[in-house]
Amino acid sequence: MAKEKTKEFVVPKSNRIKIAKATIGFNIVGYFFITLIALICLLPFIMIISGSFSKESLIVTQGYSLLPRGLSVSAYETIFKNPMIILNSYGVTILITVVGTVLGLFITAMTGYVLCRQDFRYRNVLSFYFYFTTLFSGGMVSSYIFMIQVLNLKDSLLALILPFMVNVFYLLIMRSFMASVPVSIIESAKIDGAGEFRIFIQLVLPLAKAGLATIGLFIALEYWNDWYNAMLYINSSEKYPLQYRLYNMISSQAAMAQLSQVSTVNVENMPTQTLKLAMACVATGPIILVYPFVQKFFVKGITIGSVKG
Amino acid sequence: MNKHSGFGAVVHDFKKNWPLWLMALPAIVLVFVLAYMPMSGLILAFKNYRYDLGIFGSPWCGMDNFEFLFMGGTGWQITKNTILYNVLNLFTSQFLSIFVAIVITEMTGVVYKKIVQSVIFLPYFISWVIVGTFVYNIFNTDYGIIKGICEMMGVPTVNVYRIEGAWPWIICFFNSWKWCGYNSVIYIAAITGIDSACYEAADIDGANIWQKIGHITFPSIRPTLITMILLQVGRILRGDFQMFYQIIGNNSNLYNATDVIDTYVFRSLTTSGNLGFSSAATFYQSVLCFVIIMLVNGIVRKIDADYALF
Repeated sequence: MAKEKTKEFVVPKSNRIKIAKATIGFNIVGYFFITLIALICLLPFIMIISGSFSKESLIVTQGYSLLPRGLSVSAYETIFKNPMIILNSYGVTILITVVGTVLGLFITAMTGYVLCRQDFRYRNVLSFYFYFTTLFSGGMVSSYIFMIQVLNLKDSLLALILPFMVNVFYLLIMRSFMASVPVSIIESAKIDGAGEFRIFIQLVLPLAKAGLATIGLFIALEYWNDWYNAMLYINSSEKYPLQYRLYNMISSQAAMAQLSQVSTVNVENMPTQTLKLAMACVATGPIILVYPFVQKFFVKGITIGSVKG
Repeated sequence: MNKHSGFGAVVHDFKKNWPLWLMALPAIVLVFVLAYMPMSGLILAFKNYRYDLGIFGSPWCGMDNFEFLFMGGTGWQITKNTILYNVLNLFTSQFLSIFVAIVITEMTGVVYKKIVQSVIFLPYFISWVIVGTFVYNIFNTDYGIIKGICEMMGVPTVNVYRIEGAWPWIICFFNSWKWCGYNSVIYIAAITGIDSACYEAADIDGANIWQKIGHITFPSIRPTLITMILLQVGRILRGDFQMFYQIIGNNSNLYNATDVIDTYVFRSLTTSGNLGFSSAATFYQSVLCFVIIMLVNGIVRKIDADYALF
């Protein structure tokens, strides 16, 4: 290393061109691969969207492709002809997302605030109490049995809401966000005689808006994308959240037939293949639509989590 | 100053700070109910579980469950798979994320940089169910993309579901695909945190871009890389269940190559109903994970305390 440096000190004149050459080389390699990676990230989405707009008959004979085969909206028509099943699942997903996110965010904010209060003597003990659960867990079997037998939540929407309510990782990020609220404000409010709850609601929460938005979005995304808890705990079809409904349709012909009966389409005429992809689009659509607006919050949350978590 | 000790001190603090305790209470209770209480279920591994008797009423059976699990070879097979997948995923995804982070931070075109970053971050936002749809879309033997490509080239259709050896790479691919954007955000944060004076000094010394990356960027993001590896090593016995389940499904042809502890446990939980084996597998997974994380963290702490997780 030292040798290289002295060598370059000796020949400073040719440096300018050398720097430029290396940078060009780096740019060619870098831009090429980064574009390739970006394309690979994007292609599956394009395949699904174009598949969902394809003609079923062409898919059956020729298979999927990158561009739509023919152009048809019959898959979407089938879904929306009798939209009760989809709307029902949307309802369940929106319900658990809203309730879970609001409650979870409030609990996370309160706890994060308590954990960052320097004058709270047991903050480190409590932090470890939460952190320990990421190191050691009871595992899938005992969680399942506890949920079913002790809490008695089989086939209850609570079984979908409770598991994501407190996430230790988000709790620790929230603690970092809360730590940026100036202590002097809290102290002066105390001197003015404000109670702890009032300080939290009226002073701390408004100052921690960025943190609340970030963690709220993280929690909401988890609820929106959940299918696993539904698979474990939910039996009755009218309580299926969106992602699990989608999974069910993709994996089982029976679920497809159910949809066709409801929407009075003949099973033979039903666009099975394109329908699967159209369902995927309908289930993911909202996320893709809000993605450009919320992306920066996620970047911020991950950044803070990586620096201090 | 403090005349109280142990539990008395907690009670005293509670009396003094009860509003703060009350605010933390919901989370304390939730974590206790959802995380600490199920830990007691781990004793199932030593019991012959009977549904009518519950966790605590079922009779003990000593180490029988473990013996059965490992005698048939299943225990070793799923352990081996879990570790292999995690190691493979760890290296490929970290390598890719670091590469992406370095290129993105060096990019000069602002608009293109933003587009690329958004696109690469996108897969993080979709559920594994959608990823499962992609897999179906690509590998499906009747209508999949692979079939189309094979027909175009005039070769017989490749049924990927029959090729065991391909799946570690497919899983590895989708793992990197899903997490690349997320992880690269972490590395980008680490790179932007580097003091720009270092780069300016290097410019004056006449270092080219490769030298700057090799001598400044890499050493500077090493702590981040070590933290990421540490976190992953702690999870080395926990596969990403959602990923495996959505990509492989219940495809019994591929169990040999793709069964990890989590999928095995899930299957015995939902289909065969043999809770004894699966509890034994979970017990051994939880305890070993904990031991590994403590061990690795202890070693790292000995070498350089700054890098340790706790």
